[in-house]
Amino acid sequence: MSAEQLAELSDLFVVGAVLLYVFAMIGFATELAFGRFRPGKTAAAGAGARPSALKQPVAVGAAAASDGGDAVPDAVPAAGGSVAAETRGGEAAEGPDGQPRGAARAGMVALALAWVGWAANLGAIVTRGLAVERWPWGNMYEFVVAICFAAVTAFLATQLRNNVRFLGAFVMVTAALGLGLAVKVFYTAAGPVVPALNSYWIAIHVTAAIIASGLLTMAGVAGILYLIRGDGMSRLPAREDLERVAHRAIVFAFPVWTFAVIAGALWADRAWGRYWGWDPKEVWSFITWVAYAAYLHARVTAGWRGRAATIVQLVAFACLLFNLVGVNIFIGGLHSYADV
Amino acid sequence: MSVQELEKERAPKQAAFGLVGWLRWGWRTLTSMRTALILLFLLALGSVPGSLVPQRGVEPDKVARIYEQNPTLAEWYDRFQLFEVFTSTWFAAVYLLLFTSLIGCIIPRTATYVRELRRKPPAAPQNLSRLPHFASFESDLEVEETARRLRKLRFRVVTGDGWVSAEKGYLRETGNLFFHIALLGILLAIAAGSLFGYRGNVLVVEGDGFANTVAAYDRYIPGSQVSAESLEPFSLQLADFKVAYQVAGDKKGQALDYTAHLKVNDSPDAPARDFDLKVNTPLEVNGTQTYLIGNGYAPVFKVTDGKGQVAFEGAVPCLIEDKATMTSGCVVKAPDAQPEQLGFLLRFLPTSVPLTDGTYASAFPGSLNPEVRLEGAFTGDLGLRSGKPQSVYELAPPELMKKLKPLVMGTHVPKPLAAGQSIDLPEGAGKLEFVGVKEWITLQIAYDPGRMPALVFSGTAVVAIALSLMIRRRRVFVRVKEGPDGGRVDVGGLTRTEGSAAGFAEEFADIVKVLSAGEKHVR
Ligand code: HEM
Repeated sequence: MSAEQLAELSDLFVVGAVLLYVFAMIGFATELAFGRFRPGKTAAAGAGARPSALKQPVAVGAAAASDGGDAVPDAVPAAGGSVAAETRGGEAAEGPDGQPRGAARAGMVALALAWVGWAANLGAIVTRGLAVERWPWGNMYEFVVAICFAAVTAFLATQLRNNVRFLGAFVMVTAALGLGLAVKVFYTAAGPVVPALNSYWIAIHVTAAIIASGLLTMAGVAGILYLIRGDGMSRLPAREDLERVAHRAIVFAFPVWTFAVIAGALWADRAWGRYWGWDPKEVWSFITWVAYAAYLHARVTAGWRGRAATIVQLVAFACLLFNLVGVNIFIGGLHSYADV
Repeated sequence: MSVQELEKERAPKQAAFGLVGWLRWGWRTLTSMRTALILLFLLALGSVPGSLVPQRGVEPDKVARIYEQNPTLAEWYDRFQLFEVFTSTWFAAVYLLLFTSLIGCIIPRTATYVRELRRKPPAAPQNLSRLPHFASFESDLEVEETARRLRKLRFRVVTGDGWVSAEKGYLRETGNLFFHIALLGILLAIAAGSLFGYRGNVLVVEGDGFANTVAAYDRYIPGSQVSAESLEPFSLQLADFKVAYQVAGDKKGQALDYTAHLKVNDSPDAPARDFDLKVNTPLEVNGTQTYLIGNGYAPVFKVTDGKGQVAFEGAVPCLIEDKATMTSGCVVKAPDAQPEQLGFLLRFLPTSVPLTDGTYASAFPGSLNPEVRLEGAFTGDLGLRSGKPQSVYELAPPELMKKLKPLVMGTHVPKPLAAGQSIDLPEGAGKLEFVGVKEWITLQIAYDPGRMPALVFSGTAVVAIALSLMIRRRRVFVRVKEGPDGGRVDVGGLTRTEGSAAGFAEEFADIVKVLSAGEKHVR
């Protein structure tokens, strides 16, 4: 296939991914809409509570013990119920997590659609890379497409281990909007990049930034939901679940972001003759990093957990977004040769 | 920080008065978690103007423009050191307080940590079912066997009469301490770099060279502890400079690659070696780095004066006026011309094409059809003999510019010259010849002794923070009881670090699985 055809195919994949994400969002939203109301706190969450399944004496023997083990979904006790648990749950009118079966089915369909959309998003990135014969994140358009992909990957990968379907609708809508923004505002035709970007450092530095941004986007979505949802009963996921998902994503993303910033400094050392020069992009990466460090500190400072920490997290997320998009548009600097 | 420590922090402190009391109170406040948090906020907030207001060290031209256009605003900016946020006193105050707080935090925690490393896990509590994680099953498991299995899971184990206590995850605290210490290290490395390092810029035209001495720089910024003799004595010659451009498609005219072919002498008596300097491959000579940071055209001109003598001959670096087409503005000065000094303003067009209105423009940044257009020729005093420093990109200081006599100007500008062509000035004042095209590059030469230490500390920080965030400190207690109809085993578990309880349920279940398995099931 010629480069032009590959580039066209890539554009089609992006459109396909947007549509699939939208359909998946509808599915996830249906699950939430017909699901049960949930209390603000989950029964078994927090350090003070314990998973009820283990409280009952467990019969001796490896098989029984393993049952007991599986029945304790790790991060989402009570409110979620893992996919595996669901298939084992029998033909009751309610799923094992207490959600109506129809709603759960919508959720499963949505999950399948999300995976197909993810594959289309991946296809868009790969074909773009083949078309331009370089790492496909050399400008804003490619960068935003990759971050959406990373955010969906973060969600789906988390979903593999713990049930976080309750976040699905919101992650999907974010990814669909992000891709839409990329296509409508940032679109750049496939082509080569300026010499400064022609380096293996783009693979290291930008990839790390994309992975971290994807995870932090998921955390940001959970944080926004946390604030929207009150303390009482709601169809939205429980606050403690949201906080846990956000915290885990950030705990994972923070070292990656740290690495991305340092790799950026190494690259700047190769390309510009200094490893740190307070270029606007560097300033905002630093601000973002400090803000997330503040979030991690807030979590262990008396009186800051929960709502206050979530607000810190969202401020940090706003810094991240401003750094990714705002700096290129409003400020410029050395980094702005990645065309808007 | 463990929960116990948090409790301690929250506990009311006795009011101790007097100087010592106040000092102690100040130190405690400074090193508290809440102060650290506030200082982190201030650090982030303080950085914001550094990206919104142009910084002297990064964009001196923009700073100058603000002074021109809005002097009052510039003065206010200057009053708050907003043109140099990151070297300002108030920014330094924030980060120095933060790092003092950090030291005050690290020292006691290191001491606690060392003590904890030596301490054995505490005895198992009586009632394990009160712990956050608890399981109980029937088994004839014995204390020794339990300890063996837990050790196999890499727990640190202590046994007693009918109980086993185990702990794991000490690396978490190690990571946390190393991370914070590494941050301190990075700060020191940066400080060392700015004291003992230097940095400078120089423009070199094809065929010319550069020797690393203070006098050779166009702009030289030394650290306060750098002496002129400490500059690495290397020199280089720019043999040739090449740019590859995209020639077709949407991105036509975009630069694809820059290569500067250099001949480098690592020291005055070392043999010359070839080096291809590119954007992402700096030249390194004993820790001094040379970077390619800019390029442009330097057409060669020859000026013959009214008496028929060559008054000037050489390459003239031109300022880029339009990056996309590399249209450049050049200034040629011939102060030695007789009977009067001559000066020229020219426009260099690397790929000159005629436009429909009879003017010419450049259509491509590469030099495919290089031409120069004479915009103006002047005669009179250029002010070069006054001894005042002058810009090479300006014909004469503004006050002298008005007094110059124009020879060619405005609508009478002739057709552009191709290489080898010349133009005669009116009134027999002389002749200007466009001889050929050379290119110039700008180099940045930097020496920063803090580079490598900063890299080592940064690497440490990344590994340490990953350890600190991924590992959780956890304890598992086991009590075995013998009963009339077989034994009963109670297992309790807890995590010692806040915010990391998630995920432990899974691990705890696995541990219970290992303990409750029959003898044969355990390898
Ligand atoms: C220079 C700025 C600082 C940065 C960028 C920073 C960053 C971080 C980060 C990312 C963590 C998370 C690691 C973890 O949770 O284990 C952390 C933890 C921690 N930091 Fe800092 N820190 C800074 C200064 C300080 C200061 C001044 C203090 C003491 C007052 C401090 C005390 C702590 C403590 C006690 C923890 C452990 C939290 C826990 O156990 O979860 N840090 N820091």
